[in-house]
Order: sequence, then C-alpha cells, then structure tokens
Amino acid sequence: MPTLILSTATRYLLPLLLLFSIFVLLRGHNEPGGGFVGGLVAAAAYALYTVAYGVPRARQALRISPRVLIGFGLLTAVSSGLFSLLAGQPFMTGIWSEQDLPVLHTVGTPVIFDMGVYLVVLGVMLTIIFALAEE
Amino acid sequence: MIVAVLSGFVFSVIAPWIVRIGRGAAGWLIALLPLSLTIYFGSLIQVTSAGETLTYSYAWVPSQGINLSFYVDGLSLLFALLIAGIGTLIVIYAGGYLAGHPQLGRFYATILIFLASMLGVVLANNIFTLFVFWELTSISSFLLIGFDHRREAARRAALQSLLVTGGGGLALLAGLILLGQVGQSFELTTLLGQNELIQQHPLYLPILLLILLGAFTKSAQVPFHFWLPNAMEAPTPVSAYLHSATMVKVGVYLIARFSPLLGGTDSWFVLVTLTGTVTMLFGAGLALLQTDLKRILAYSTISALGTLIMLLGIGTTLAAEAAVLFLLVHSLYKGSLFLVAGAVDQETGVRDIRWLGGLGRLMPIIALAAGLSALSMAGVPFLLGFIGKELIYETTLHLPDASTWLTAAAVLANIAMVAVAGIVGFRPFFGQRVETPKAPHRAPLTLWLGPLILAGLGLVTGSLPGTISDTIIGPAAGGILAQPAHVELAIFHGFNTSLLLSVVTLLGGAGVFAARSLVRRTMPIFEMAANWGPETWYNMTLAGLEITARKLTDTLQSGYLRSYLLIIIVSNVALVGYTLVIENGLNIALAWPQIRFYEGVVAGVILLAAFTAARTRSRLAAVAALGVVGYGVALLFVFFGAPDLAMTQFSIETLTVILLVLILSRLPRFKTFTDKRTRNRDMIVALTAGGLMTLLVLTVTALPFQSRLTPFFAENSLTMAHGRNIVNVILVDFRGLDTLGEITVLSVAAAGVFALLKLRLGDESLVSQAGEDGQDATKRPEQTGLFHTEPHLIKRERGDF
Repeated sequence: MPTLILSTATRYLLPLLLLFSIFVLLRGHNEPGGGFVGGLVAAAAYALYTVAYGVPRARQALRISPRVLIGFGLLTAVSSGLFSLLAGQPFMTGIWSEQDLPVLHTVGTPVIFDMGVYLVVLGVMLTIIFALAEE
Repeated sequence: MIVAVLSGFVFSVIAPWIVRIGRGAAGWLIALLPLSLTIYFGSLIQVTSAGETLTYSYAWVPSQGINLSFYVDGLSLLFALLIAGIGTLIVIYAGGYLAGHPQLGRFYATILIFLASMLGVVLANNIFTLFVFWELTSISSFLLIGFDHRREAARRAALQSLLVTGGGGLALLAGLILLGQVGQSFELTTLLGQNELIQQHPLYLPILLLILLGAFTKSAQVPFHFWLPNAMEAPTPVSAYLHSATMVKVGVYLIARFSPLLGGTDSWFVLVTLTGTVTMLFGAGLALLQTDLKRILAYSTISALGTLIMLLGIGTTLAAEAAVLFLLVHSLYKGSLFLVAGAVDQETGVRDIRWLGGLGRLMPIIALAAGLSALSMAGVPFLLGFIGKELIYETTLHLPDASTWLTAAAVLANIAMVAVAGIVGFRPFFGQRVETPKAPHRAPLTLWLGPLILAGLGLVTGSLPGTISDTIIGPAAGGILAQPAHVELAIFHGFNTSLLLSVVTLLGGAGVFAARSLVRRTMPIFEMAANWGPETWYNMTLAGLEITARKLTDTLQSGYLRSYLLIIIVSNVALVGYTLVIENGLNIALAWPQIRFYEGVVAGVILLAAFTAARTRSRLAAVAALGVVGYGVALLFVFFGAPDLAMTQFSIETLTVILLVLILSRLPRFKTFTDKRTRNRDMIVALTAGGLMTLLVLTVTALPFQSRLTPFFAENSLTMAHGRNIVNVILVDFRGLDTLGEITVLSVAAAGVFALLKLRLGDESLVSQAGEDGQDATKRPEQTGLFHTEPHLIKRERGDF
C-alpha cells in the first residue's frame, strides 16, 4: 500500500542511501563499515524502493539483474586474489599502492575484494526480496 | 621431464578435436604422443643402465614440502617404458576397435589422462605427488570401466573398482603421511636412505599395513581381487592396458619401490609373501573355471599379480630379478592376449570359449600373435616366459624358509597357467570350426599390429635375452634392491631342478588342458563358496550404508522447519551442555557489574519484546517483536564499543523484518494452533537453550581473558594490511579466504531460494520428474517448501510462490 509520503521520500532516499552504502564500503578499511554492511544498506535501499513502487520498477531502477550482480561480485572477489599470483605470491596476498589517497588512504586488492563482497551481498538480498515480492 | 609427464593431460584436452578432424587416422595421430614418449624414455636407458639416476624438481606447494619432483632409475624407467610403449599400441588398436564410436574423442581424452597419471605415479619422487597421480589413475580407471555408461553392469563395475581402489588409496595416504612424519621428509630419495630409522620406529607396523592395503587393493590381491574381473565391463583395449599391463601393476610398483625402505622384516615377509601366494593360487584356480575369454584372462592376471607380490615379499636378489623379468613377460603376453580376445570378439561377436574354434585359417595373423603369446605364457623355451618361469623356480628353490611350500605353490599356479594359455591362445584358433553370430574375416591392420608386436617382442627377447639383461632387467632389479644388480639371463641353464620343474609344469598343464571341461564341472561348488566371499561383503556393506543413510535422512530431514530447529537446538544444548557441565565443570563468578541506567532500560525492552514474540497470536506482531529484540542487541553492541557489529546487526534486522513481512503478508491467518503439549515442550527447549547460553557466557567471562590473536591483529592490522579497522581487515585480508567461502555459500543459498520460489512447488511436472525415485514423490512438494509454519496452509497456498 504505497503512500504518497513513502513514494516521494523514497525517490530521494534511494540515491542517498546508495551513496551512503558506497561510503560505508570504502571507509570500511579504517573506520567501522565494510562491504558486508555496505551491501546490506544498498539492499535495504532497494527493498524500500520495492515496497514503495513494486518489483518491476525496482528492477528497472537496478538496471542489472540481481543474479548477474552475484556472479559479478564473486568474479570480482576471486580476481582480486589473482593479482598476487601474477606477482608470484600466494593466492589473495594483499597488494597495495604506495600513494596516499583521500578517504581510502591507500588502494589495495583487499578493497577490490570488499567490493566483490558488497556486490554479492546486494545481489543475494535482492534476488530473495524480488523473488518473494513478485506476484 | 615435467613436459613428458604432463603432456598427456594437455593432449587429452585436444584429443576429441583430433578425432573430429582426423577421422579414421585419429588413432595413428594420437599415438604419436605415446610413441615420442617411448622414444624419450628409451633414450634414458643408457643413463640407468650405467647405474645412474636422474632427479627433477619443480616447486608446487613449497610451504608444505610438496613438490612436483621426479626420480628416474631402472625401476621407474621400466614402468615408464611399458606405460608409454603399450600405450602407443593401445591407442592405435582402439582406433580400429572403436572405429566410428560416437564417444571416441572422450575415450582418447580419458586414456591420455590415464597415461599421464601412470607416468606420474611411477616417476614421482615426492610421496604426495605419487599419491595425487595414484588417485588420478583410480579416477580415470573409473571413467574407462564405465565408458559404456548406459549399461548398468558397467556403471556398477566402475563404482566398485573406484570404491575398492579409492578405499585403499585413503589407507595409502594415511600410510604416506605417517611415513613422512617419521622420516622427516616427503622425498623418496631421502626416505630410502632411512630404512633403519623407520623399521625401528613404533609406527613401522601401521605404516607397513596402510601402504600394503593401498597396494593390495590396487593390484587386486585377495581379498580385494573381486573388482578386477568385474572391470572387464570396460572396452577391451582398456582391459588390456589398465587391468592387465599397467594400472594393476602400480600396486606391485609401490611394493617394489618401498621394499628397500620397508622390506626385509619378518612382518613384511609374512604379509606380502602370504598374500601374494594365496592370490596366485586363487586366481589360477578360478581362471580355469571361467568360460568368458576376458574373465579367464582377468583371473589369470590376478594370479600373475599374486606371483609378483609373492616374489617381492621374498625379497632376495634372485627374487627381485625374477619379479622384474616376470613383470615384463606378463605385460607382453597378457597385453597381447587381451587384444587378441578383443579382435576375436569384434570379428565373431562371441567371447565364450565353448563357442569358438577353427578361427586360425580365417584370421591367421591374430592366430600367430595368440599362439606366440600363449607359448610365452606357458613358458616354452625360446620365449621370454620360459626364462621368467625358470627364474621363479630358481628363487623359490634357493630359499632358506618355506622353500618347498612356495615351490609347490608356484608349480601348481604355473600348471594352471599352461592350461589357461591353451584355452585362450590355441583353442579358439584350431580344431572344428564353430558357427558364430558374425561371419569372421581378416582383422584390419589396427587390430593385429598391437598383439603381433607384443607377442613378437616376447619371442625376440626370449631368444636373445642378452639384449635386455643389462639394459632393462638389471637396473630395474637394482631399484628394488637399492644396490646395483648384475643379471645374466640365458635360455639354457643346464640340467637342474628348475628345468625338471619346467617340464613337469608343461606336462601337467597339458593334462589339465585336456581335462578342462571336467575341471569346469566343479564350478557350482565354487560359486556356492563365492556367495560367502568378499564380493558379498562388499555388496552387503553398500546396501547397509544405503539403508542407514535413508533412515537417517528420513528421520533428520522430515521436511518440517520446526523439527529441523528442534533437532539442531536440542543436539546443540546436549553437546555444549555436556562439555560445559561435565567436562569443564561449572565455574561461575557471579560478580554483578555496574549496570548503567540506559543499559538496564534496553535490557528490559529486549526481555519484554521477546516475551511478546512468544505470546502473540499474530505473525506480524511476532516478527516486529523479534525485530525489537534484534535492535536492542545492536544497541548493546553500540554501548560496548562494537560499532561494526552494531551496524551489521541493524541492517540485518531491517532486512529480516522486510523479508518476513513479505512472506507472511501472503499467508492466511492462523487457523489452528499447536496444542498445549507441543507448546510446553517448545517452551522447555527454549528455556534450556537460553539458560545454557547464559551459563556459557557467565563461564566465559569468569575466565581471565587471554588471547594471542587480539594483540596480533591489533599490531599487524595497520602495518601488514594497511587498515585501522581490525574487524574489516580480518574479514577481507587475514581471513579473506574464509570470506570468499562465505560469499560463495551465500550465492549458492540465493540460487537455492530463487529456485524454490520460482519453480512453482507442487507443479505436476515437477512431481513426476522427482517421482523417479519411488515413494518419495508424494512427499516432495511439502518437503521442499521453505516456510513451514503450518504445512496444510502451505499446501493450499503454495501456488502463490
């Protein structure tokens, strides 16, 4: 039973929540946060959108099928571990850039791994939510 | 060297493609690989015959001491030559035998994997490299026996061989691990120098038993022999290659390889010699009773393997030489006879010897190969088999202990072998022509080339034994004895006891051959005995396992979510409670900490919400109350400095409530409630579980808090992993592999949920598909239902999912 207040608020909340989820994901290495929480926040954002507008609109807003997100997330996580193999070190050894960057401080393969976690969590939650909410 | 070993794996990938492009010539093209391997290994003969060895090592898992290291000496080279050489002939032969078979590409792919695995086993220096390749041979053998996977008998035989040899493989692994720990090395070359240390170690006997178990299962020794005759379900080239010439001999190889390390003790002599002798006699006897060409050959292979094991158990210099020579003899004649059997089967459509006769004029070259091989098997002079048999008799005659018994056993087994040689090598080709389903004609080149070469080699080496004595036999025997061995082979050793025994053997064999149908009439007696044999134990074990698994599954996986929860919680309470109270002893310090006002409020809210969730009659209210509990706990996390945990908990709670609302909103109102007894039971379970948790927490907090992990992560998080948030650094870096596993599980779970929801449970089509396995069909739609508050409601409503 979507109300006007909910649907209007959701339209602004979705991008804000998504931005927040990415913020949570990226700061995770140094401050509370991380890919898992970030993925959950993003999933909650889309869940809200689903409640307000229904599954078809939510799917449109997501653009990509959540199942593709799962696969892509797993691929990202695994390939982040492969970089170290190229450098001749065991699988999933963290490799870090030397430069200091804003927010992230440094960029390394574990951050890419975390992005994979983010995508998998988002994809899994939305796969289940969409499947349940679809008539 | 690594190229030589692994090339088979690479070529197996492109083999199906070669078959498609090469059509009729594919066999010849693919044979180029084993042929070049044969030439390569042949070129190494001059190294090993000079008494030298080669080692190669490539890093694999260096941190665990596991390397792809290879070791070439006379023993491994003999095996490598047999594997590659016979492999070449088999690949050519299969091109004719399976011509036009739609799965020929798959066949070649598997046989090349097998070839590479075999080379890996016999050339490995690292014992774990050896084990990995050992298991690969079992798996490729499984695939090849079950090649014709549409027949149930083939599938059954494949599974049987895999279970028997795989079970032995597990024992072998355990033995190798113990050996590696005792010897402080995983490299064979290092271990071989430590035989005194290992033989005096208390773990010597377990190591010996486990390794022998692996070897005996693989080499089909009594009582593990029964898988080999059944493995004859495989296409004949496979039977010739795997189940006669090569794979079944890796058990022999293993025992030969480890004999300098483990051999020479009393327990070795008794275990190995006794098993080998029993197997030798048993196989020889049963071979006489069979009528199927391939089964006769299979039982005589078991007998030959027993002979080899017996010789290795004896372990004298003569025995080592005899073992190596007989190994070569057997590979040549038995490989050839199997291929002959395949050609006869192919041309006539018959494998029963009672229906074969007079084929000699129709397939002269095949008959020639069969005749030569049979003469070698019977041990007639000028063929290698004669020298082999003489050496075996020499060995047993010169023993200090049990000489008479072992000689008698060897003579008996060989008499049977002579008769078998007559039955399979002569009987089908001479005498009265018997009508066969297919009119036989001359076999094509591909079918006679292999057997003729193998049989011809038996004649050449048998007439000129000097060609192999110092190049192949001597170095290989040296590998068994761990010291150089000089072998002098001759056709004629003078008039001595072993020559006399040879004559006795030939005459006795001819007698048994003449009386073969009389012998075969005793078959029913042995069949009755076989009903109590190891194959019956195997079947009973398998059936018992299936029944137990079914009962256990039916009990534990009833299909009701509530009974799953009940089982999980009760067993948890029982196990944790037992450990905590009985093993650990209750040790609780009830020091009341300072509780701040707002902490008390949150705790009160949690308790109230939990109580509401348990009492309410509305599902939505229960879900909301549970959400409150979750948020309350998350708040406690915030109070106690775990922001990461709190954040995650908040998000999870939110999404859980959303998910549950989505599910529950489409269920009708409760119609029935569980009765009072059930509710009381659930209450008791819940209170016990909660009480135990409380006890556990109190016990843990009563202990002084010590951890090596916390300071480790705190110190290294920033320096090693460039992150200040320890929790997240553990998740993505220190324990990143765990997280990778978890997100994979999560993905699989999502796929499961998606499939359950989208497959429209209760569809008739689904039920009929699932119904293939019998009575479960009617239960299935309920069983797979995810949300079982009330099954009868789900049944009515499941169309919605």
